[in-house]
Amino acid sequence: MVTTAPAPKSDLMNVTEKNVEPSDKHVIAHVDNNPNPISAEDAVIEIDDVSFSYDGGKTNVLNNISFNIPAGKVTALIGPSGCGKSTLLRCLNRMNDLVDTSEVTNGQIRIMGQDINANEVDPIELRKQVGMVFQKYNPFPKSIYDNVAYGLRVQGIKSKSKLDEAVEKSLQRAALWKEVKDRLNSSALGLSGGQQQRLCIARTIAVSPKIVLMDEPCSALDPIATARIEELIAELQDEFTIVIVTHNMQQATRVSDRTAFFYLGRLIEYDDTTTIFGNPSVSQTEDYVSGRFG
Amino acid sequence: MNPFKSSNNSRKKKDAIGRLILALLTYTILACAIFIFYDIARKGLPVLMPVLSEKGGEVINTDFLTRMPETLVEFTDGDGKKQSMPSTDFTEFTKKNPDAIVLNKKANAYSGGGIAGPLVGTALLVIVCMIAALIVGVAAAVYLNEYAKQGRLVGMIRLAIMNLAGVPSIVFGLFGFAFFCLFPLIPVFETGLGTDLPKFAIPMFGGHLIFKQLGNSLLAGGLTLAVMVLPVIIAACEESLKAIPKGFREASLALGATKWQCIRTAVLPYASPGILTASVLGVTRVAGETAPIMFTAAVAMKGRLPWEGAKDNGIFWIPDFLTDSVQAMPYHIYTVAARIPRTDATAAMQDGSVFVFMLMVMLFASVSIYLRIHFRKKLKW
Repeated sequence: MVTTAPAPKSDLMNVTEKNVEPSDKHVIAHVDNNPNPISAEDAVIEIDDVSFSYDGGKTNVLNNISFNIPAGKVTALIGPSGCGKSTLLRCLNRMNDLVDTSEVTNGQIRIMGQDINANEVDPIELRKQVGMVFQKYNPFPKSIYDNVAYGLRVQGIKSKSKLDEAVEKSLQRAALWKEVKDRLNSSALGLSGGQQQRLCIARTIAVSPKIVLMDEPCSALDPIATARIEELIAELQDEFTIVIVTHNMQQATRVSDRTAFFYLGRLIEYDDTTTIFGNPSVSQTEDYVSGRFG
Repeated sequence: MNPFKSSNNSRKKKDAIGRLILALLTYTILACAIFIFYDIARKGLPVLMPVLSEKGGEVINTDFLTRMPETLVEFTDGDGKKQSMPSTDFTEFTKKNPDAIVLNKKANAYSGGGIAGPLVGTALLVIVCMIAALIVGVAAAVYLNEYAKQGRLVGMIRLAIMNLAGVPSIVFGLFGFAFFCLFPLIPVFETGLGTDLPKFAIPMFGGHLIFKQLGNSLLAGGLTLAVMVLPVIIAACEESLKAIPKGFREASLALGATKWQCIRTAVLPYASPGILTASVLGVTRVAGETAPIMFTAAVAMKGRLPWEGAKDNGIFWIPDFLTDSVQAMPYHIYTVAARIPRTDATAAMQDGSVFVFMLMVMLFASVSIYLRIHFRKKLKW
């Protein structure tokens, strides 16, 4: 990804080297990378000096990441492939637990003030509060109704009226109700790709999470379906805190309030989206958002 | 002028010869298979459907399918005509015609009557085997694939399971005999045993917990077959589980499902067609096995079906017929083929049994193929 533009890479290496000096690590993180930080009071997710490894600590794919994600806003994570943005996202609801040897090797992730990797945290309870929408829409091969009701059912809700109500509300919130209300019992796999992804969003918000993580939710969709998902994100942000990973920089400018730019497992810059795309403080960010590499 | 004109003829010839040899060998296999099926059907079909034979008769020989095997009595009657009939029929015949002349009477064991006993026995063995193998096999596959940390231990377990598949069936037979038949496995609570206590009697609640042997029984045979087919079932289940998209598991867990809920609602339902298909294939394999059951379950001759008056086993939680010995198709075929001389009279039982058994196994195989095609069409994601 960097072969087309070798110069920015070397610039970036300088930043990287500065970052690993232990003494002024935090100073650099605050001065250079995070000029406009979110205070702990406004933050719903606090990422504090987090390093993460997939192979039990041999190599880190995330290095000393620190930033706060504000409540009730849309935060975009951008960066070239392999920069660790999806990995970070999957740390936030501990989906990385599925990989046996994965491990947060340093730092803390606090959600609503609680260290989520602490022993007393039940990942199942965490995931009820921190929902996730995946890159490839993945409805179960069940009916539309059963898909949306799935999360509530596994939590033990059996009452038909409660489920009906939640399914309708979630589908309406996901702007899908009108399209599917007459065929709730037909298979979810009969829907178009965009509809399936909105169904996955409905399924996620049906369990009323506080935070919704979206891992490149539009990468498998055409532009029209993408536009609908983006509208949906805009509507959902007054109810949920949304963290979205995206490859599409225009999308980040359209949907997000804050943007974090990652490169090679490091946070390069985190600021208001308008600043990141208009007037970034780190030159690597500018190179990336203006398309000079990545 | 053609620039691509062939220049080297011997090279081409060699190519053609190589191709011919390979094709010939391949078609030889096909020819063998066709010949075997044809020969079995040619001899066996008239036994099952006498209407097709030279002599003619009923459309389906129901006696052959519904009667128990018996001794076949051959004799020459007063007119010098050769006759043969099952022993019960012969007894009736002599009772009805006390004056009938019976010359050169000859009895052929196992060759008269029908094959109801072996058919039912094989069906029961397969059912017991598949219930046991599916419970243990699916559980093991789910554990290995979903729960266990993929490390050296799991690798060794997988290797052990694979090795199990390579063990000769006679070894399973002997193992089954030693473990399921002879080893006292079945706990039973009994009172009033007096002083003559069996081994391992544990006194409790004013009586004793004792352990009984299963002996030569349907249950022991079914379990032995289950151990034998287990590697196939586990491997097939693991394949089916691996084929489930990762997205289903992730979506389920991300919605707050526990691991078990995830497996039960988002993995197993979609893996079950594959498991089902594999188990039907497993059925075709266990149905045909002789060695594992000849020490553990099968007897050559039995006058009654398993549930008709099985003797009390003294174990209240196991139905009596499960601890009774059974007849089974493969063992029956072995008996009539290896122990009975082939004559015009006994040939019917030999050919008919083989043909019906082949039909049975082919039926299972076709069901398995049908299921695979059906589910492949229906379940796509």
